[in-house]
Amino acid sequence: MAAALSAQENGVEDILILERDQFLGGILNQCVHTGFGLEYFKEVLTGPEYAERFIERIKAIPGIEVSLKTFVVSLSADKTLTFLKPGKLETVKAKALVMATGCREKTREMVHIPGTRPAGIFSAGLAQKLINIEGLLPGNKVVVVGSGDIGLIMARRFTLEGAKVQAVVEIQGTSRGLMRNLVQCVQDFDIPIYFNHKISAIFGRDRVEKVKVCKVGQNYCDVPGSEFELECDTLLISVGLIPENELIEMAGAQLDQKTNSPVAEGVNKTSIPGLFVCGNSYKVYDIADSVTRDSELCGKMAAEYLKELAGKNRGFGKK
Amino acid sequence: MFDVIIIGAGVTGTAIARELSRYKLKVCLLEKEEESAFGVSKSNSGIIHPGTQNPPGSLKAKLCVQGNVLTRKIARELGVDFKETGELILAFSEEEIFRLHQLRDEAQTLKVPGVRMVDQIWLSQNEPNLSRNVLAALYAPTAGIISPYRWVYDLAEDALDNGVEIRTKSLVENITVGGREFTVATSSGEYKSRFLVNCAGLFADDISRMVGVDDFRIRPVKGEEFILDKKLENLTRHLIFPLPTKTTKGILVIKTADGNPMIGPTAQEVEDKTDLTTSNDGLQKVLAGAQKLVPGISGKDIIAYFAGLRPKAGDDFIIRREEKVPGFVNVAGIQSPGLTAAPAIALMVVGILKSCGLTLKEKLFFRSHRSKTTHLFSINFSQARKLIQENPAYGDIVCRCEMVSAQEIREAISRGAKTLDGIKFRTRCQAGRCHGSFCTTRAMKILSEERNIPLTEVTKRGIGSEIVKKDRDHD
Repeated sequence: MAAALSAQENGVEDILILERDQFLGGILNQCVHTGFGLEYFKEVLTGPEYAERFIERIKAIPGIEVSLKTFVVSLSADKTLTFLKPGKLETVKAKALVMATGCREKTREMVHIPGTRPAGIFSAGLAQKLINIEGLLPGNKVVVVGSGDIGLIMARRFTLEGAKVQAVVEIQGTSRGLMRNLVQCVQDFDIPIYFNHKISAIFGRDRVEKVKVCKVGQNYCDVPGSEFELECDTLLISVGLIPENELIEMAGAQLDQKTNSPVAEGVNKTSIPGLFVCGNSYKVYDIADSVTRDSELCGKMAAEYLKELAGKNRGFGKK
Repeated sequence: MFDVIIIGAGVTGTAIARELSRYKLKVCLLEKEEESAFGVSKSNSGIIHPGTQNPPGSLKAKLCVQGNVLTRKIARELGVDFKETGELILAFSEEEIFRLHQLRDEAQTLKVPGVRMVDQIWLSQNEPNLSRNVLAALYAPTAGIISPYRWVYDLAEDALDNGVEIRTKSLVENITVGGREFTVATSSGEYKSRFLVNCAGLFADDISRMVGVDDFRIRPVKGEEFILDKKLENLTRHLIFPLPTKTTKGILVIKTADGNPMIGPTAQEVEDKTDLTTSNDGLQKVLAGAQKLVPGISGKDIIAYFAGLRPKAGDDFIIRREEKVPGFVNVAGIQSPGLTAAPAIALMVVGILKSCGLTLKEKLFFRSHRSKTTHLFSINFSQARKLIQENPAYGDIVCRCEMVSAQEIREAISRGAKTLDGIKFRTRCQAGRCHGSFCTTRAMKILSEERNIPLTEVTKRGIGSEIVKKDRDHD
């Protein structure tokens, strides 16, 4: 939304936003905690409130069309998109395209945690959605794997819901998340946090029953004799985020194999001219305000690209 | 009173049930899990073997070659995708080439069609990502792939359509034999029959012992498998095998019906019949084994993993009538190539039952054909457009990684999915790179609506595996 608003402010008249969910705002909708907007709005907002500020502005601009429940299935190098929505499969060609597809959480499988595969293993974001959006409590005794911000925030959320958070287990020597989350979500609730530790096995046939924790030394190797077990019925995985760039990859844009971010000369650009990537899909940011700033710059860049294109073609660039 | 009770709704049990459903018989299929295929079959790699790598003279050898032909025919009837990919068994030394020649000769004795040696030039043209250290390969063109779950589900559904009664959540607790009558006590009640077929997989020895035949043991052999991102669908064109050892076919690079390549399996004897844990050791072994064949594979490509247990009872299958207990048939030790052999095993078992005195009268109407299930990921855009125009819910995407619509999930439930795993195996919803992070809540809600159960009763794979503990709105 920030990219669309910025593109519009910079002269683009015909903008289409495709959103796969039934609401605008993406993951902000499930972030009911506060702390959003401190830098950008100089106010303390919740995620949904933060999103609402942009949604209201989008709705007020007739030149920005929004299509919800819209799922893009293909993107080609000439910026032709094919999308599905209930009742429709359509194709649209853009002169400039901004990808604001966000990121996804790394899974238990990506960090190769051995053991069983029972119910009760959630990405921190899924647990957040279950509790905050659906009103469902995933479990009563929780171990958080990794100290990403969502994991830390969910440690507090579970505690407030009456669940017992047994521990946060982080393989690195320091927290991956913001200091304020470490203090306000973990230390203030006396939740034990184990740095330089990892989960070395998951137990339980149908539902998680316990995990084995082990200290790691240099190169994350197990320290023999350091193992101990923690009982739990729920395991939250918060071990990092990956930009969602499968569509631009499909279009032939180059991606960094390690980070899944686009490789190009210049911020927010891709190896395909006129195809831009902003926010967390460009690079995983710590706070939403940075995402907004990045996206505004990207929207402006797309507008400038269209002006140049129009100059070349003598027609005026729309979309 | 049933004519035949079959214990175990894995691929063998369901194939036998479907074959028996051609005849005027009352047949009951008992399964301890919530759904069919939830035991050994669900962790099968989905390879339909051509018939190589089995000792001549064994049941495995004979039934595998027959099964390869029958699987194609039945898969066509049931609308299950069978893809003939062919397989390559690789040789890295002169000695291994010599072993390949032996395998080829054995395969020719067994009448495996089209088996031949291929050289490095052929390989570089037809399988460019293979290791440069490969000197030659044995090519078996009739190898193929199938979705092991969809195969079992379709066999079971067709059996059901033809009158077989399927009782899930029915763990066999005791069997009594009296006057040519079997009484099977299960966790869901008592069932009686004149004939009893034991297809209980890992627990076939326990079932056989209940009936009084105690002369074999099932020794589980664990296999860990690792699934790669669908982006690597074209990593190989064929199924890639190393030379088999005496005990296993080795660590393979497998193509799957869903597109994702798979690497594995390990082979480790274990005591516990429920031990489905994966290990670091397994991961390292499988990666090393797969990289030897296709060096480009990396640990980063892995999006999922699982372990399965092979129900091993010696070197060969055990398929026989038990003279000690008339009417009782053991179908045990069905490890690889069991998936391929299943339709041939079914024919063999029907023959055995006939020889035991079961009367086989063909029904006038046997519904042998089923309509193919719809998967957006396997059709092109113009087909998808038509589908979505006819039914808007096909355009309502639930699973973003694997492109699964709400309508496909509803269809899976109407065809028998009762759990999230059941939905996953049928549709691939939650099976992609995000591992259900984005779609689990939606899939739960659809399951809850369609089955009319509270969200707190939605399970991953049956009672005990509920996803959430409490619903604040319905306390």
